[in-house]
Amino acid sequence: MTTMPPVADDSARLAAFEARIAADESIEPKDWMPERYRAQLIRMMSQHAHSEVVGMLPEGNWITRAPSLRRKMILLAKVQDEGGHGLYIYCGTETLGVDRHDLVQQLLDGKAKYSSIFNYPTLSWADMGAIGWLVDGAAIVNQTMLAKASYGPYARAMVRICKEENFHKKQGYEIMATLARGTSAQKAMAQESLNRWWWPSLMMFGPHDKDSSNSDELMRWGIKRKSNDELRQRFINLTVAQVQAIDLTVPDPDLRFDEATGNWLTGPIDWDEFWRVVKGNGPCNSERLGARRNAHAEGRWVREAAVAFAEKQQRDNREATEKQQMGTPLGDGASA
Amino acid sequence: MSSPHPALVPALLRIADDRLILGHRTSEWCGHAPILEEDIALANIALDLIGQANLVLQYAGTVEGAGRDEDTLAFFREAIEFRNALLCELPKGDFGVTIVRHFFHGLYSVLQWDALTRSTDQTLSGIAAKALKESRYHVRHAGEWVIRLGDGTEESHRRAQEAVDALWPYTGELFMQPADEAELVGAGVATDVSLLEPSWRTQVDEVMRRATLRVPDGVWMQRGGRDGRHTEHLGHLLAEMQIVARSHPGAQW
Repeated sequence: MTTMPPVADDSARLAAFEARIAADESIEPKDWMPERYRAQLIRMMSQHAHSEVVGMLPEGNWITRAPSLRRKMILLAKVQDEGGHGLYIYCGTETLGVDRHDLVQQLLDGKAKYSSIFNYPTLSWADMGAIGWLVDGAAIVNQTMLAKASYGPYARAMVRICKEENFHKKQGYEIMATLARGTSAQKAMAQESLNRWWWPSLMMFGPHDKDSSNSDELMRWGIKRKSNDELRQRFINLTVAQVQAIDLTVPDPDLRFDEATGNWLTGPIDWDEFWRVVKGNGPCNSERLGARRNAHAEGRWVREAAVAFAEKQQRDNREATEKQQMGTPLGDGASA
Repeated sequence: MSSPHPALVPALLRIADDRLILGHRTSEWCGHAPILEEDIALANIALDLIGQANLVLQYAGTVEGAGRDEDTLAFFREAIEFRNALLCELPKGDFGVTIVRHFFHGLYSVLQWDALTRSTDQTLSGIAAKALKESRYHVRHAGEWVIRLGDGTEESHRRAQEAVDALWPYTGELFMQPADEAELVGAGVATDVSLLEPSWRTQVDEVMRRATLRVPDGVWMQRGGRDGRHTEHLGHLLAEMQIVARSHPGAQW
């Protein structure tokens, strides 16, 4: 990587690369790829990993208060999965030649984004249902598409992660369904939670296609296969039926079924709110980032200890090997 | 046994409550650990411990036969009815306190579960067999960290030693055999925990040596948890743990 390839080579490589994309071939870490492709993937994958890690916080907020042992265990397992997904995607991102620690530093410095949905607070137990059902549900719609992404390591990570997300979604919906058929207080808790999470979950798919700056390039290179609006519509169609099945109400007076297209059409999404949260002024942006920074700062001495101990061990092992070699008489046979 | 021994339920609660309360404390780390790998490991340990508590509480409810299930026992008992050792309820502290506590309790747990795999009570021995595997992993994880922290940097050594000093007075209670369990021990149902101490101490000393840490001498050992006399911390822990369940009595979740 010390010399730049000649320009002519580059354009030939680009043509070959785009031909591979067009033929639906999978791009692997050692393959040549345009720097823009690499940069877009690093941006997307690291945002995804950050989202998994920050996403542990709003649900972590309710582990200690889960109302039954079974729910507590499911929630713990789910949050543990999210940490695992974060780790897995960070490793996937490292195949593109970046270091996980640099990516984490970007998050802590406020330079990297993560899913805005996690900047909303979790205010009741029902939010554990709403997050699993709607937030993981939206993530599945998105990730099912990403499982066909042109970059092999990302696509394979998505296949694996989607399996676990399906379990997350199922448990979330089950929480909501149980609350909805429970006491009147429980049903009210479920509806109130749905009211708060409905619109932010629709915003998870990003701006309308016409306002999405990255979409064209991502789709041209097969990183994304469907547009934000297509994915959002798919999610709405799936979810409205699920809301009705548990006798809750979608908090949208303009919601209507369009016979011609077979789509559920919603009222306008509040994009001012979306951009406000993206730009850092959501209800929990500073808490979430603050919690990550705090954990990182409080953990510094632990990480330093691990490094110091590993270095000591390496030194001891080296010295032991040297001693052994020096102590081994020539012609002993053991060294032959 | 036609009717269960009256000491069996308290004995089971002592086993279950240790895991439930320590699992709760461990779960407080979720999302706040020093590195992502430890977030995952601590969540996994918390999950194992609460899972162990769940099984033992289920069994305690069945043995008691008063219609209390595992959730009633977890969420609708007062602090004075909990039977965990005081060690388990102390605040989570820094990562050093968390790790040293996991090491001390995990080692006790391995010895206790191992003994209980030979319990004449088949339900209990079945639970013990499963839990033993998990606890072996917990103590390996914690023991490796105790050595790393003790023999890491000056700061990590100081913090690890402070954790050992702070927690040591709460280790004695683990090995104080409750008087009401004598007949259960005689029948091979329960374990005499006082017999586990020598082996525990040998293994602690070995890890402390490798970690360049020292165990304090001549310390008064705190006690009370096994009889329901707790520290001030447990009430706050339970207030948090039980709030949702108690706000909706009789509700299904």
